[in-house]
Amino acid sequence: MASIAVDRTTTPRIAAVHGARRVLLVVCGIAVFWALWEAYRWIGESLGITWPFAVNAVNMPHIHDMLNALRLPLQPGGPPLIHYEWHWALFTAKEALLGFALGAAIGFGLAVLLANSRIMRQGLLPYIVVSQTVPILAVAPMVVVGLGQKGVSPWIAVSVIAAYLTFFPVAMNTLRGLLSPDRRDLELMRSYAADRRSVLWKLRVPASLPFVFSALKISATACVIGAIIGETPASIQDGLGGAIVNFNQYYSTGPERLWATNIVCAVLGFAFFGAIVLAEKLVLRRAPEHIA
Amino acid sequence: MNDRPAVAIQGLTKQFKAGVTALSGIDLEVQPREFVSLIGPSGCGKSTLLRIIGDLIEPSAGTVEVNGKTAHRARLDHDYGIVFQEAVLYDWRTVSKNIALPLELLRWSKEQRTTRVAELIGLVELEGFEDHHPWQLSGGMQQRVAIARALSFDPALLLMDEPFGALDEMTRERLNLELLRIWEASGSTIVFVTHSIPEAVFLSTRVVVMSARPGRVSAIVEVDLPYPRTARTREEPRFFELVTEVRERLAGSEVAV
Repeated sequence: MASIAVDRTTTPRIAAVHGARRVLLVVCGIAVFWALWEAYRWIGESLGITWPFAVNAVNMPHIHDMLNALRLPLQPGGPPLIHYEWHWALFTAKEALLGFALGAAIGFGLAVLLANSRIMRQGLLPYIVVSQTVPILAVAPMVVVGLGQKGVSPWIAVSVIAAYLTFFPVAMNTLRGLLSPDRRDLELMRSYAADRRSVLWKLRVPASLPFVFSALKISATACVIGAIIGETPASIQDGLGGAIVNFNQYYSTGPERLWATNIVCAVLGFAFFGAIVLAEKLVLRRAPEHIA
Repeated sequence: MNDRPAVAIQGLTKQFKAGVTALSGIDLEVQPREFVSLIGPSGCGKSTLLRIIGDLIEPSAGTVEVNGKTAHRARLDHDYGIVFQEAVLYDWRTVSKNIALPLELLRWSKEQRTTRVAELIGLVELEGFEDHHPWQLSGGMQQRVAIARALSFDPALLLMDEPFGALDEMTRERLNLELLRIWEASGSTIVFVTHSIPEAVFLSTRVVVMSARPGRVSAIVEVDLPYPRTARTREEPRFFELVTEVRERLAGSEVAV
């Protein structure tokens, strides 16, 4: 009289088909975007569209020109742009990664603190929300200068700015996840006379993980943005943020380089996002419908 | 086993904040190794009574002793295991890990846990499902995991709050038989909440009939059917007589429907 158990493990063959279909969809997506971009450029130039912006080679370079710019040398006789982009991306990735780790840890700790006390929630939560309404562009110089006076190297100051953007979604979602166990889940723990620490680590934290991962996905891209923006007031020239400021100044003569750098930024953000998705797949083993 | 009662309740009253009297003047003793069912209409406070015995909620007045201690002390001493209507399994844990949860909290070693979990898997007949997750199991299997978990640390008392209420009739009858087998094998005392009259009669040594608003004990029916009880027990004339008796006591206790 064995009852029926649903087996949800997929075979490698089916997984391969799903993977191939996804790659195809992404390629199609890029192709459609490319086509729309070029079509708008062509129509815009033919009709002389000036609103909301004038359509021309400066405002809308060809996408193949952007990609080609990566191949061309930055200075005559020097290495190609992609060579520099690679090193800038690594530098920014280092800042973003430290910022992400810092922000995630602070966000998680804060959530545990808030989950444990209603008074903390009521007292502290408004300030955490307010912290996110302060423009990052106003905070960034203060952080860089302030930490610089303490002898902290500028790239670490940039990480702190990235952490500033990271911690908030992590704190909010983790808090929600920690408070997600229902009355029965908690009664069970109570029946075992479990102490607060056991309830935290054996119930609240595991229950919060799907929430934590959806926050980490938001933060993965936010920390890259934070690092790029943080480099600007810090006058750091070694990262993608510095490169963007630089290419902005020469935009009218070489718009493709700024666009190429934007593409590299997007790829970096996507790589961070992908890493979290992968980690989520490895860590979370539970009902598909319970993955937030 | 000594002869002090497994559960001793005196003058128990429970009022909720809204002024509702859920339970009034409850006196009840459950002896070690007994199987006592609490039955009554919705709102008679049978689940509330079970929760008070388990110290999950506190009574407004009266005393509750479990194994000669206060209910609070008994909970801290892990004197009872509880099974709810829903299995309340943790989704991120496999069947084995769910069963081992109380043992982890009691700081059993890994080897001890592994041995004990293997025994329990055998007891509730879930061989081959050790590494499944709760969402891969049927409702009946989930409830068996919950029973194994409640039995894991060998508590003297098992509290069950309509554990088979959400299951279909066939699964319920099969699990009734399994529960009796487990009860006889484990030597524990069981307090069992149900709203099914045949289930109460089939399982119990005594059936406590409760009435509603306020919840009180209106009758206690001794079930003199011999153990071990089998599927045939349900077909015996004495079984039907007892079912009828409980039904009449319940009807007599009803205020107005």
